[in-house]
Amino acid sequence: MSRSQDTIAGARAEGRSALVAYLPVGYPDVDTSIAAMVAAVGGGADVVEVGVPYSDPGMDGPVIQQAVDPAVRAGVGMRDVLRAVEAVAATGAVPVVMSYWNPIERYGVERFAADLAAAGGAGAITPDLIPDEAGEWLAASEAHDLDRVFLVAPSSTDARLAATAAACRGFVYAASTMGVTGTRATVGDAAERLVARTREVTELPVCVGLGVSNGDQAAEVAGFADGVIVGSAYVRELLEGRGAEGVRRLSEDLAAGVRRPVSVP
Amino acid sequence: MTTSAVSPPEARLEPAHPSWPDATGHFGVFGGRFVPEALIAALDELTEAYRAMRVDPAFIEEFAALQRDYTGRPSPITEVPRFAQHAGGARIWLKREDLNHTGSHKINNVLGQALLTKRIGKQRVIAETGAGQHGVATATAAALMGLSCTIYMGEEDTRRQALNVARMRLLGAEVVPVTTGSRTLKDAINEAFRDWVTNVETTNYVFGTVAGPHPFPEMVRDFQRVIGDEARAQVLERLGRLPDAVLACVGGGSNAIGIFTAFVPDEGVRLVGLEAGGDGVDTGRHAATITGGTPGVLHGARSYLLQDDNGQTVESHSISAGLDYPGVGPEHSHLHDIGRAEYRAVTDAEAMEAFALLCRTEGIIPAIESAHALAGAVKLGEELASRGAGGRGDEPPLLLVNLSGRGDKDVETASRWFGLGDREHVEPGAGMDTDQQPTEGAVTSGDAVAGQDAGESA
Repeated sequence: MSRSQDTIAGARAEGRSALVAYLPVGYPDVDTSIAAMVAAVGGGADVVEVGVPYSDPGMDGPVIQQAVDPAVRAGVGMRDVLRAVEAVAATGAVPVVMSYWNPIERYGVERFAADLAAAGGAGAITPDLIPDEAGEWLAASEAHDLDRVFLVAPSSTDARLAATAAACRGFVYAASTMGVTGTRATVGDAAERLVARTREVTELPVCVGLGVSNGDQAAEVAGFADGVIVGSAYVRELLEGRGAEGVRRLSEDLAAGVRRPVSVP
Repeated sequence: MTTSAVSPPEARLEPAHPSWPDATGHFGVFGGRFVPEALIAALDELTEAYRAMRVDPAFIEEFAALQRDYTGRPSPITEVPRFAQHAGGARIWLKREDLNHTGSHKINNVLGQALLTKRIGKQRVIAETGAGQHGVATATAAALMGLSCTIYMGEEDTRRQALNVARMRLLGAEVVPVTTGSRTLKDAINEAFRDWVTNVETTNYVFGTVAGPHPFPEMVRDFQRVIGDEARAQVLERLGRLPDAVLACVGGGSNAIGIFTAFVPDEGVRLVGLEAGGDGVDTGRHAATITGGTPGVLHGARSYLLQDDNGQTVESHSISAGLDYPGVGPEHSHLHDIGRAEYRAVTDAEAMEAFALLCRTEGIIPAIESAHALAGAVKLGEELASRGAGGRGDEPPLLLVNLSGRGDKDVETASRWFGLGDREHVEPGAGMDTDQQPTEGAVTSGDAVAGQDAGESA
């Protein structure tokens, strides 16, 4: 059973998309970041991506790196991440860890899987791990009944789309534009095309990330995707000092957005 | 197949190719691809285009002509007997990559990758740079071939290597100071990858060393192996034998792989990589990745790296900007694990001593990077002499050192180290030749400044 898949399917049954919120553990400190995750759920997030801070976040733009750098310097580690996972699980929302590969490998892949499952985590998203290199993680996630979410991109060939989606469990993460994380004025139709191509090769839900920052954009993406992933916009609430309350208000705006999907002609 | 140091060597017609990496870029357990999916298509495109290009006679001819007429290859080998007097009586020969156009081995790789860029129809190149040598080389190749060029350089390094920043700008490149993270080479690489993933349709990433995701470690090795292919033939021709050891400095490791590759099958030849020991590996302030690191994943490949218990990359320290990198190419990790090459750390002080020694005894100002290899040669020569081993019969041991670059860019750092500033002095100046009378006004031993301050910007 995949909890993230069930949750996203449940949202679909209500005629809406799921809202997936990303926040990194440890910014501005561990407790506040956990409170922000709980507030994101309070405002309507269905799934929380619990971000593992990493020193070399090559796929992230300046907003996320600005928040993650101090967390790295403060020595925030997997123990703090697991505490955040437990806190999110306690709200009833679905916690999914988002981590570059090295922190997981350093912690120990099998140990990570066991501890994540014990903390109530549903699985992990690994932005710099492709299925080709993921042998150990495929085995460990299978053994501990965890979701594993790999990314597909507009540049993925049909063959890679099929192979990557086949390796996923829970949902597929469609990186909507070519580029790093960050908010954008428009999400663009590359996302819609990518989702359509992905649906041809998998029955799994497809969630779209990279660029969504407000309810209107969320409504637009909800018109074609099963889940709307928002990261940098949440982080900006914390960077600009609006704290957990700002995170909650943003969640409410986005949660309203995913409930009024703009129908695709 | 192998030619040991004790049997009479034969000249090879075809260069020997190592059996690694495999088809997906693995050197044993190292290498591979740890990158966002968005880059896979571009990496596949590069791999395919490179495989086609390297057997294309038109490319081979164009590349050879550029190396000959533009770079100035083959670079000579030079014996340094006065320097070698300080190395236990070993004979030392230098492979003179410092004499290449742009002043280092970096040009070998960028000409190959620039031709590849044109072949895949892209008009813009980006690159990372630490000391600035790879940035200068990339800007040079871009100017030569009419490509637009952006260089990412850590803000810290733009200050340490201001001369090279000016060179790149003269050559028409845009230099972007990187202000994220530790503001050095590793962050420049992150920023270049971000540019690439955003602009991949128009842009090729000219990676500077044998690290990064497949195919970079293999491709850069192949473009750099000319160093060892030439040197092996030159040493055989001049001396009728192979060297007992081949030494090179290792940051990412491209000059070392370049000179090692031809000798990998020669099992009697020791391959010695010299890493940047900074203030000493036991101080934690160093860049000796294999000596002091552990396996993990950084910048797209599995290899040794400097990391903490949370898997965060640890900042490296070296007086040499070009070696100041917390990772290393996966092929070096493999050569280390199979025992084919050995890796040792050389401290800032040891490197600067060898730097000064080569200046004074041979009239050659080396790059501080290359001075690490020179220091390794001095030490190895002494070890071999004290054991009465290494050479054959009555012959002294023969050491081949890759002089990967020249030291013009390092003059400011060196003058601070040797005390032309007004800093409190701590150590007697590592490296002045005590047998030589300095001329008036020359740097003397008593002028040294605190080592770790010398590499930093005033």
